[in-house]
Amino acid sequence: MTSIRIDGRDCPTRPGLNLLQACLEAGADLPYFCWHPELGSVGACRQCAIRQFSGPDDTTGRIVMACMTPASDGAIVSIADEEARAFRADVIEWMMVNHPHDCPVCEEGGECHLQDMTVMTGHNIRRYRFTKRTHRNQNLGPFVKHEMNRCIACYRCVRFYRDYAGGDDLAAFASHDNVYFGRAADGTLQNAFSGNLVEICPTGVFTDKPSSSVYTRKWDMRGAPSVCVHCAVGCNTIVNAREETLRRVLNRYNADVNRYVLCDRGRFGHGFVNATTRIRTAMRAIAGQYVPVPVADALARFADMAVEGPVVGIASPRAALETCFGLHTLVGPQHFCTGLTQHEQACAELAHTLLRGHPGPVPTVHDMESADAALVLGEDVCTTAPRLGLALRQSVRQASFHAADAAKVPRWMDAAVRTLGSECPTGLYVLTPAPTDLDDVAARPHRGAPDDIARLGFAIAHLIDPSAPAVAALGDEDTRLAEHIAATLMAAQKPVIVSGMQYGAPALMHAAASIAAALARRGQVAGLSLVMPECNSMGLAMLGGLPLEAVLERARNGDIATLIIVENDLTRHLSAAMVAELVACVPNIVVVDHTLTPLCQHAELVLPAAAFSECSGTLVSHEGRAQRFFQAVFPAAPIQAGWRWMQELARNTAQSHPAGLTTWRNLDDVITALARAFPALAAITDAAPHADYRLDGQKLRSQTYRASGRTVIRSYISVHDQPPPASPDTPFSSSMEGAYTPDMPAPLVPGYQVSPWNSVQALNRFQNEIGGEMRGGKSGVRLFTGGGGRDTPDAPHPYSTDIPPPSAPSEGSVLVLPETRLFGSEELSMLSPPVAARADAPTLRVPAGPGLPTHMTLHLEDGPHVLPVAPMVGLPTGIVLCPAHMVARAFHFPCRARLDMADGAGGGS
Amino acid sequence: MLDTLRTLFLTFRHAFYRRATVQYPEQQPYLPPRYRGRIILSRDPDGAERCVACNLCAVACPVDCISLQKVEADGRWYPQYFRINFSRCIFCGFCEEACPTYAIQLTPDFEMSEYSRPNLVYEKEDLLISGTGKYPDYSFYHVSGIPIPGKDRGASERERPPVDIHSLLP
Repeated sequence: MTSIRIDGRDCPTRPGLNLLQACLEAGADLPYFCWHPELGSVGACRQCAIRQFSGPDDTTGRIVMACMTPASDGAIVSIADEEARAFRADVIEWMMVNHPHDCPVCEEGGECHLQDMTVMTGHNIRRYRFTKRTHRNQNLGPFVKHEMNRCIACYRCVRFYRDYAGGDDLAAFASHDNVYFGRAADGTLQNAFSGNLVEICPTGVFTDKPSSSVYTRKWDMRGAPSVCVHCAVGCNTIVNAREETLRRVLNRYNADVNRYVLCDRGRFGHGFVNATTRIRTAMRAIAGQYVPVPVADALARFADMAVEGPVVGIASPRAALETCFGLHTLVGPQHFCTGLTQHEQACAELAHTLLRGHPGPVPTVHDMESADAALVLGEDVCTTAPRLGLALRQSVRQASFHAADAAKVPRWMDAAVRTLGSECPTGLYVLTPAPTDLDDVAARPHRGAPDDIARLGFAIAHLIDPSAPAVAALGDEDTRLAEHIAATLMAAQKPVIVSGMQYGAPALMHAAASIAAALARRGQVAGLSLVMPECNSMGLAMLGGLPLEAVLERARNGDIATLIIVENDLTRHLSAAMVAELVACVPNIVVVDHTLTPLCQHAELVLPAAAFSECSGTLVSHEGRAQRFFQAVFPAAPIQAGWRWMQELARNTAQSHPAGLTTWRNLDDVITALARAFPALAAITDAAPHADYRLDGQKLRSQTYRASGRTVIRSYISVHDQPPPASPDTPFSSSMEGAYTPDMPAPLVPGYQVSPWNSVQALNRFQNEIGGEMRGGKSGVRLFTGGGGRDTPDAPHPYSTDIPPPSAPSEGSVLVLPETRLFGSEELSMLSPPVAARADAPTLRVPAGPGLPTHMTLHLEDGPHVLPVAPMVGLPTGIVLCPAHMVARAFHFPCRARLDMADGAGGGS
Repeated sequence: MLDTLRTLFLTFRHAFYRRATVQYPEQQPYLPPRYRGRIILSRDPDGAERCVACNLCAVACPVDCISLQKVEADGRWYPQYFRINFSRCIFCGFCEEACPTYAIQLTPDFEMSEYSRPNLVYEKEDLLISGTGKYPDYSFYHVSGIPIPGKDRGASERERPPVDIHSLLP
């Protein structure tokens, strides 16, 4: 075992670390700035100076930068050494020379790494009496605020933005003391991960702009561990709240999923919770007008509805599993609809079946970062699952890591490894209909129609395993590409195949599964990952139910008296005509949702559900990880969790319900019942500790130990003290009373703060190893990890033989594919003002060519749409991209449509 | 017997001493400027609010009787509301000590009795005075690097004009 001696204390460590990591893992307080676990060391800030001795007899030693020195076995170092301490104090004094006197008006104040390090170093008196350098700031868009005076030039921002996230519009300018980090000109930061600058920057140069408008110091906010609801990846977040409003979302470390990084949609998409579109009271349509009514009246009305005939429930892929199950129990399995169209549900169930049946592993997002070959088959992962796209971007660094290992350069030696890597080949292949953000690191971006890409995928599978079906009539160029990709995948140690439902093409998922299975049959550790559209798409696919078409059919037959629609805007799934038909055929419609959607205008009763920050529940991510989110905000009645509304509705129906529904007391009762009813989902009970979990005999505190204003904050209502709100569904106390240690279970960490580490960098105290597992274990539970498919010589993996024919351009119509946008396509994040500000107006993407008109008319099934034309280089002819849900609210794809000149005079193009 | 007479004499002698009792409220006692009484929010020499809503007073308060919310206008931070529950306040002065801008100050006024507790909840308009209080000269925004209307970037005390980032000259 490796061990180093720090100030006379022997500390076990791991090989391959640098001294800074080793010291931090040993629990020592060593200041640093430019090092970051995900970015490695560059030795830019000179802050982590320590004294290293060459042996027990060496009494002189030498000052080294801990982050740039490997922690060799038996190394003897001193952090407390007087000269090293003076060195660090001098360095921080230099850094502070130009630091402005503005901590009181800095959003970072109180959770500032620079403040922590300054205190840790002992620099507390300014000796510098001369003038300070100043900089002009830039407007960096709706997400990030810029205040360059505070910069200490650690270079973390550009290293993250350019090297890690692949952005190109943030750079270092000017020279020496004047160095400036910003854009060439004012403008919005374009990268999908720009929000992480807020956490990456050790001081207040980049701060969270939406959070600044409702600003509260870190110590004043209640925290709760949560899960992002804006895509299916299931990134872990911390939600912060004060005065029962959601203030911000921060990254929560999950070693297997999002680790240190969150995409901008996840970080800034939470605004829908506080938006004016929230439903806060029960409402009833009376003579065409919506009037707030007491809950008792609304429920009494429902009781009348329930006796009229059959009650059918429509669930939603964006609702928590418990809410869906509550509805399932209320209406019964034969009346339970998933809220997806036939096609969407078939795709989701197929993804689930393929992942379950895959003989190899289903990789986590973190696993993908270490894939040495990756194939993206017909999915723009940078928009449908941005964090996964970023993981694939990191996977191209594997070759440089291998080169570094060969050259005996430690992997954390960032500048050297990146220089080595600049010559390394990449093993990432992106085959999509349209250009993606990964193209700049991909080996050979290839464009084609979804069916052609699927054929290419089947051809690759056949080349890897000849027992897989061959593809007839594949072009020469495609054959060469297939051979090349097959050879790369076969040579890889850890290949990953990624596909998804973006283009609604089951053939793509089949092809991806075939390639992964073929690789797995060769004995390779081949991962298969299928991206899904919504945060609980996988959970809903595992619950199962009727598709929307079946409900519509029943409605036509008059078999539905009452429809309960839970957290689902059907207008995004069904065309306007179908919605109108459904509404016309069903006498009573009850909508339970947190947001006023266009569907609500058809409902007779609207009941206010809790958003993700206001209740607790479980979501299943696309990799089959069940994760629990916890309540941070305690909203005013009658807002309550979806499953509690299901209970209320059940209590107001005459018919009897399966035992339990009305007797569930808390979330754990729901989960227990759910686990009993759906054995495949039984493991979700272990996703997080139960509400009766106690640490040292106490609940966990969700406020910090120094939350302020307790005796005054609601004194304008009443000066009498109120008990803190009860939190029956969680092991958290809603106040500052309770336990909090770095060893607490990882799914229950409400925020990071361990004195003297007040910034998010305190995370290193919560980890067993830097960049490794949390001390409190894993967060969430995998419902499947792959390897489920039986693949024996007598029962080989069943390959799909459903190979589509090559796509043929047809006269007079074009293939319309959805252009999924990072900002704009997802439903809830678009209700968040900063995200809405980032969303561009819808345009029609057509293949670039001469003589394109400025506007064209696209004839979709709901009528013609005149759209501005935006030529896209690389898009194959015969394909146009239409922004999903932004032009036609419901958009069934793939579809063929007629495309005209805007004036209607031109012919089909 | 003698002891009793002595006690009577001593007590009687006090009738000729100078009186310590003050005829309050007709007669107001002298309180030094640093006396810790009613809390006020002061303004800077330019007449603008000094409070920058940094929340340090709230976190320093041992009885948690201060609460505020930050808003921003023209680059300056302000409290949208600033609320002190004086029925909880113990007049310890920690808030004044914590205040980085000399905004919150304790004054020698202690006459704040009320018949009903809700009247002891002071909002910003009850707290804000029109003067500078004990510190006549200090203005936070003139020493901090934040530009405000009338003071451009680089124009604070001990600041150089903004850097021209297009120059590489030393």
